[in-house]
Amino acid sequence: MDRNLLIISTICFLAAVVRTVVALRAGIFRPGTFNFLAIGLGFVFQTVFLSIRGHAVGRCPLTNLFEVFIFLAWSVALIYLLVGPAYRLSLMGAFTAPLVVLLQGFALIAPIDVRHTVKVPPNPSLEFHASVSLIAYGAFALACIAGVMYLVQERQLKTHHLHSIFYHLPPLTDLFAAITRLLWWGFILYTIGIASGFFTGRPLPRVQVIAAIGVWLLYAAILQGRHLRRIAPKQIAALCIVGFSVALTLLWGITFSAQTHSLP
Amino acid sequence: MNLFCVGLSHHTANVETRERFAGSTGAERALRAAGCAEVLLLATCNRVEVYGASEKRVSTDEIARCLLQKSGVSDIEHSAALPFYRYEAEKCVQHLFRVASGLDSMVVGETEILGQTKKAYQSARTSGAVGPCLHRLFQRTFRVAKQVRTHTEITRGSVSVGSVAVDLAQKIFGDLGDCKVLVLGAGETSERTARALLSRGVSDLRVSNRSSDRAQELAQRVGGSAVRFDEWPEQCREIDILITSTSSESPLLTPTNLRPMLTNRVDRPLFIIDIAVPRDVDPAVNEMEGVYLYDIDALRSVAEQSLAVRRQQIASAEAIIAEHVAEFLEKVLLELNRTSRAAEQSPVADSSLRASQL
Repeated sequence: MDRNLLIISTICFLAAVVRTVVALRAGIFRPGTFNFLAIGLGFVFQTVFLSIRGHAVGRCPLTNLFEVFIFLAWSVALIYLLVGPAYRLSLMGAFTAPLVVLLQGFALIAPIDVRHTVKVPPNPSLEFHASVSLIAYGAFALACIAGVMYLVQERQLKTHHLHSIFYHLPPLTDLFAAITRLLWWGFILYTIGIASGFFTGRPLPRVQVIAAIGVWLLYAAILQGRHLRRIAPKQIAALCIVGFSVALTLLWGITFSAQTHSLP
Repeated sequence: MNLFCVGLSHHTANVETRERFAGSTGAERALRAAGCAEVLLLATCNRVEVYGASEKRVSTDEIARCLLQKSGVSDIEHSAALPFYRYEAEKCVQHLFRVASGLDSMVVGETEILGQTKKAYQSARTSGAVGPCLHRLFQRTFRVAKQVRTHTEITRGSVSVGSVAVDLAQKIFGDLGDCKVLVLGAGETSERTARALLSRGVSDLRVSNRSSDRAQELAQRVGGSAVRFDEWPEQCREIDILITSTSSESPLLTPTNLRPMLTNRVDRPLFIIDIAVPRDVDPAVNEMEGVYLYDIDALRSVAEQSLAVRRQQIASAEAIIAEHVAEFLEKVLLELNRTSRAAEQSPVADSSLRASQL
């Protein structure tokens, strides 16, 4: 039942992707309410799924790689729904939906939904640490998406070849401002997430700590470069993509190893 | 009820001919006297058209004569010798939908025509020349034009060099209110571009020219400030947009002399509009980080891209129009004809019915 909700949610996001692709191919792309509604509906189904799963496992549903991916997809959609309309970045939905489809599609297809045979007792501190860190990942994902949008816009301006999408992308300076804000939000949440990890009452695996601090340092370096005006906006946009790719790979590695170790 | 359109446009007549038939305030009255039950005159710089509804056919010669009244000329050649076109019923509806949607304009997709059509409708309505037939036709026309604009890319992008430059500036900086602009060279095109930027919110405009008098003159005209010519390189450290159109034989800006000006502005883009021929800016400058260079050919190319996209959208717009034409004929025109016939049989009911339809 709960997986069906997730399939419906993925179909909603997929509808937004298909509509965008069809419109782009026809050369008449424009961000409309359809994408926003499709993503909103997909988000509702995600939320219901996570809620049911949470009740089933008796804690925040982050007990395996499958749930981590779904929670991450949920965070991405959440941050988009908060940030998109606020910064008039409605086009971001066209870029957000494919990422969510990829995350959820992978989670649904890959055999990673492994149920623990031993029920882990709830640990609010650990759940807070994991969920806040994943919401931070959502902000980094959106910064990555804004980075892609920036590079697309920048490339078109440099080459003087303006595609239909050019007229619907926000101005470069607005996109850069959005990237900066998203990076700051992600960094603050990630810092809280890491710090709370030390108060979970459980010893943290060294690999996880090193990986988490590595990601934290990477984003700290990007923000420092931005603050000191040492890194050009185009490079910051590219670094957001690199940073999120690294963070996602490490997240996968950490969760996968943690899951393997915790299995009886 | 015969629904028709008689007119001249840039497709069929030169400006002198269009001027001859531009109509006047008396034209409307004359057309009604000639037998038009309802009439609307659409006169713009590119077209003079009469939209009318009549019980009996009013000849094109008669309409042409009414339009000529302004100049007091009563004898005109036969309409066959004049570049008038005439559309009836379905063709008339289709033509009006195309005109209001910008498909029949000189620059495909321009939106000014819709405003002009609305104005013509308001004016005819105020004078009482519009009845139920034209009222419904024009209401539908405004709906169609809006739908064409919303559902196609027919109005996308700019098609003139000046407006392309301003659109690009907005795509880089967003709000232009905080942008500092330097105009290098006091040419006509740079003045036009500067004015276009001012109209979109630029408040800090500086002008520099080899002749300081001309710089002062232009600065005064556009409400900017003049800068000495030897100071312009220093200004490049502060400004966001540079419009250059000097008559220099060799490039004024090269990557070598621009690089030091870009230090300390790593997060601020520089948009350079080079409209000089020969060019004032070395094309290699476009390869520099954060610099966006558009010369006159690049601006024209963007304008042509927009125009090409607009032309590609004509088929989609025509499809929308065809749907509305069919629906209008099926529902509205038949209903109006029925009403009209009923009114003929019962003359007393006629005025009240028309009033209610309005």
